[in-house]
Parts: sequence; structure tokens; C-alpha cells
Amino acid sequence: MSARPLLPVLRPRVELLSRPFIEQIIDEALTLLGLHGLLVENEEALKLFREADQDVDAASGRVFIKRELVEQCLRTVPSSVTLYDRSGRTSFVVGGDEVHFDPGSAAVTILDPSASKIRRPETADLVRFVRLTDALPHLHFQSTGLVSGDVPEGMADVYRLYIGLLHSPKPVVTGTFRMESFAPMRELLASVRGGEKNRAQKPLAIFDACPSPPLKWSRLTCQSLLDCSRAMIPSELISMGMTGATSPVTLAGTLVQHTAENLAGLVICQLARPGAPVIFGGSPSSFDMRKGTTPMGAVETMMIDMSYAQVGKHLRLPTHAYMGLSDAKVNDSQAGLETGLGAVLAALAGINVVSGAGMMNFESCQSLEKLAIDDEICGMAYRLLRGVAHREDPMAVHLYEASASKTNFLAHPHTRKWYRLEHSFPALADRDTYDAWAELGKKTMADRAADRVKSILKEHQPELLSDDMLRTLRDIMTRTAHGHGLPSLPLDKQADR
Amino acid sequence: MKHDELLKQMTDAVVNGQAAEAETLARKGVSLGIAPGELIDRGFVPGIRRAGELWEAGDYFLPELVSSAEAMKVAMGVLQPELEKTASREGGRPKSRVVIGTVEGDIHDIGKNLVAALLAANGFEVYDLGASVHLENFLDKALEVDADVIGLSALLTTTMLNQRRFLDLLRSKGHRSRFKVLVGGAPVTEQWASDIGADGYAENAVAAVALCRRVLGGGRP
Repeated sequence: MSARPLLPVLRPRVELLSRPFIEQIIDEALTLLGLHGLLVENEEALKLFREADQDVDAASGRVFIKRELVEQCLRTVPSSVTLYDRSGRTSFVVGGDEVHFDPGSAAVTILDPSASKIRRPETADLVRFVRLTDALPHLHFQSTGLVSGDVPEGMADVYRLYIGLLHSPKPVVTGTFRMESFAPMRELLASVRGGEKNRAQKPLAIFDACPSPPLKWSRLTCQSLLDCSRAMIPSELISMGMTGATSPVTLAGTLVQHTAENLAGLVICQLARPGAPVIFGGSPSSFDMRKGTTPMGAVETMMIDMSYAQVGKHLRLPTHAYMGLSDAKVNDSQAGLETGLGAVLAALAGINVVSGAGMMNFESCQSLEKLAIDDEICGMAYRLLRGVAHREDPMAVHLYEASASKTNFLAHPHTRKWYRLEHSFPALADRDTYDAWAELGKKTMADRAADRVKSILKEHQPELLSDDMLRTLRDIMTRTAHGHGLPSLPLDKQADR
Repeated sequence: MKHDELLKQMTDAVVNGQAAEAETLARKGVSLGIAPGELIDRGFVPGIRRAGELWEAGDYFLPELVSSAEAMKVAMGVLQPELEKTASREGGRPKSRVVIGTVEGDIHDIGKNLVAALLAANGFEVYDLGASVHLENFLDKALEVDADVIGLSALLTTTMLNQRRFLDLLRSKGHRSRFKVLVGGAPVTEQWASDIGADGYAENAVAAVALCRRVLGGGRP
């Protein structure tokens, strides 16, 4: 039998919206921006809108954005962004159907595994979190995932970026809590790259900016968009309507508002600097009408995410979503179920940046153990995306000729040749026989994750910064700390050498 | 009673969350010369009570509960001025005053709005200061309106600390015993309320109404 050309691999994909459906969402979003307008609480942004000949109601700060301006801005915004790690050597394309997982950002608590309780994180937790993220292979990016409680609140945003840059070379998803923080954060990023020019050419960080639903960009978030665009730092637009609370209750209605808010953000970025990178992202949620909470693990939340990502793709923009996280309070079945479902659906939707790993309790809590478990989930999602490959031709008939008398394929060269490429091997999921599992102490997934976290933190050595660079970054951070009345930085055992 | 049918319609309008209907019925009651106190006590209040019960039983979700509160608020908007006319003649009955807001640094106000709406619907005089309210403003307003209760909401663990700061502020100014201070919000617990020396915590808006009544000595608002 002669070999035929190998067949292409089908990329597994899920889409929820038809083309006319997407077009109507965009059309209604543009109508909303033109007729109802959107509140912009930032003088500089309002000035840009006026200069672009848009109607601005001076009293309320409401801007009526013309359809033509949005369309013009969609022509100047890049369709993909390339991030580089701290060394500048490894690149990651954020665009097309590339999928990159990163930990959920800005948790205000950490799950203490020993006591099964939540507490405020401190510097040592932040360092552990970054080092663990660095070691986990399926998290392509790190995020400034914890807000450290042992530094003044006013510098917590700069500080978490500083710790991230010190302890991992992975690109970083971050953002500002205060307008004043942008300058030192930019300085940290420029120092790592050896100058402003290199920093702008090889982005290392994405900055998140969230509009306030419904239909408002606040002073702080506008400023982040303006500052980032001028510095050519990618802005990730994080609309976050809550169905029936801060956005229409129907999924379709929320998608219209989401699209309108994100498009307005995109326009602000392009007015500040045409060609500035923008990521069409979000963290909307189904709003629980009983509890008044915002479940990120609700299937409807995931459906909104997948749908707006489809809108973003239709507009040829890089996409982001908060998926692959859970509302569970401990590492139980709910944590695995919601995270697994979300991560797999995000991958199938081809969302470029998927933030959420490690997160629980409505985006408020990070767990190192969950981060390790979620890394494994992300690994499974990546395997799924690689699809079913046509490795050789014929696919199988030739394997039976020589082994007619054999009853298994274990010793077959074909098995040895392909098994590692075709199959993945979990670090945590239990595949032992019952007896072997019992022998090992009848551990749960969470127990095994805790073991793995301990061993990684003991053994993993992230790529180090040079002593000079370390000193430069520490000087910037110390200066910022002094500005907030903190005489010296908290002890960082891993970096204080 | 001859107005029983009308009063029942008022109750139903609140239970069903029909604001326009509630307003029409309130005006009708006034035009028929029924005492506003009776319209409130026997017409509308049983409606908001029933909505609360349906919530407690798990039959009502937030959209129903909020609609009922809205209908109640609209009816009270009609009846309150009438009540004041009567009250000025008869001496009236004082209402308990609540100053409420989300603490500074925190812009989350959905939960606080629910509590404010239900308190107003249940006859409290509510001063809603909005979101991200400076701690001094809570105190200034409470002194200005001679409030009975101050309610502090916080959604974030970072801003929750401002609830403690407010109690410190009250104590430092020597006003602690003058007001009942209640705290709420997603990260807030009974334990937290007790740790910071607040007078109470409620898990949801319906419970907050009961809590207000309780700390004020169980009397009517």
C-alpha cells in the first residue's frame, strides 16, 4: 500500500454565535455608543474625543461616539500582539487562535492549605506564587496575582509587578490601582529591557483596564488606557457586566453592552496613539439572583465569554477572558469541575489570553495548590487543541502485518515511536490501582497538589536577574516605597542576596 | 371593613412588584379619604412583609424582591406627604433614621442599594450617601439628621478595614454610644462585626431590615 499525503489536523473549535448574530451585536453596540453615549470621567480623554469631532456633553461627561470613528479605529488597531519574556528571547503571539493560560489576577486573599482558611497574602506568599507560576509548564504568562498586605495599599500595584519581574522571566499580566503607579511600573519594565526603545519594541507586560458597567470609563481606567497606548503597552479591555444587575439580563443583551464598552476603550487607545495594541477581553458574569454574587464558574458566564471572544475575533482583535476559575472556597470537586469546564471551553473558543488559574471565590482568592491542579487542566486543554493527528500513512493497517501472532502492541516500534507525542502524562491526577493509591496514603488531588507545590518551591530555580539589574529594580521600588512612607522593603529571602 | 378589597389590591401590587399599580392605588386611597396610616399599615406593609417571607422561603429571587421594594417606595412617595400632614395634626409617630453607604475606596453598591431600598420600603427614613463615602461624611450626615443607625457596606477585604476605622473614628469623637452601627458586604462576617465592635451584621437585605428593628429595640420603625 503506497503512502498518501498526510491529512491536515482539524483544530477543535466551538462557536456559539452565527455570523448575523455577531453582526447584530456589533451594530447595536455602535448604535448604543452613538445614541446613548458613554460616560468618560477623564479630562484628557474627553479632550481627545472633542478633537476627533465627537459630541461631548460637557456637564455629564457623556461622549457620543460616531460609528465612523469606531470603524476608523478598528482599522489602525493591530490584529495581534507579540509578547516577549524577560530575556527578550522567547516570544508569544497573542492573536489568531493561539491560547495562553495565566493565573487569575489581583486576589486579595490566599487559601492557607494547612488551616483551610483564607488570609491576607504577604510578600513571602507573592514570591512563592510567582516562583510556582514560573515552574508550571502550561502557564505561559505570569500575572500579578496577589495583592500583598504588608506594603502600603498605595504601592501594592507597583510592588506586585516588582516581585513578578524579580522571580520569573515569564511575560506578565498586570495593571494599575492608582494613576501615579504607571510611571514606576513603566520604569521597572524599561529597566528590565535596558531602555525605553526596547521596552516598546518587545512588550513584556499587558495592562488590564476595566470599564465600570454600565457604559462608563472611569478616570483611573481611562488614564491607564492613555498611558499604556502612548507607551505601546498592550491594554487588555476588561468589561464586566453582571447579567440583570449592571447589564441586561439576557446573554445577548450583555454582549451588546460588553461590545460597546470594549469598543469605546479601543477608541480611547487609538485616539491616544493610532496603532496602539489592544486586547478585546473581559470578566463579565452571570449574576446570581438569589445570592447577589457573580459566579465565574456558571456555564452562562462561560457562554458570554466565548461569545464576546467570537465578536472580538470577528473584529480581528486579540482576545482575552477570565475562564478556568471557580467559585469554590476549597479545592473540592466544584473547583475542579468549574475550572476544567472553563479552561477547555476557552481553549476550544480559541481565546488568546485565558486568565483564571489558581483562582477561587469570585476572583478574590488564590490558592497555590489549585494553581498546580489548574496547570494540569491547562495541559489537558492544550492536548485537546492539538487534535487527532495523521501521524503516518496508512494509519494502522501496516501495523498488523508483522505482528500477526502478537496480542499486544507494547513492544511494537510504532508504539515506542509515537506514545509520548500522542499521550500526555499527568503530574497530579490519580491513575494508580486502588491498592497502590491506598499504599501511598489515600491522598486526594488537593493533597498531591500540596506535595507538588512544596517540592517545586524547594527545587525550582527560576532564571536569575543579574546583580546589577536586581539592584536597579530594587532602587526603583525602594524609591516608590519611600514615597509611601515605607522606610525599607519587606524581606524577600529569595532575592535578598 | 369596607375598604378591604382596595387594601388587598395594595398588598398584591407590592407582592407582585407593580410600581405603577401601587402608585395608582395609593392615590385612590387618599382620594377616598382613608387615613394614610391605615393605607400603609393594612395595605402596603403586609405586601412588603409577604415579599420578605417569599424571599426567606426561597420562592423570591432578587428581581422580585427589588421590584416589590420599588413598588413600596413609589407608594410611600405618595403617602409620606399625606402622613406628614396628618402627623402634624396628631403629633404623628417618629421614624427611625438610617444613614447608609459603601465605605471609601469601594465603588460596589448593589448590595448597599438593596438594603437601602428594603429599609425604605419598610418605613425607615433612609439617607443613602452612595458609594466610596468618606468616613467623616457618614458621621457628619448622621449628626445632621440625628440618625439612629449607621450602615457601612464593603465588598472588598481591603476596604472592609474602613468599617473598623469608622468605629475608631466614632469612639475618638465620643459619639460611639449615640448610634447603632451595622456592617455588611460579601467579606463581612458576624465574627468581624463583633471583632470591630459593631452592633450587628446581616447576611442579606431582608435580614438587614430585621436587624435594624432588633437593634432599635424591636419597636416599629
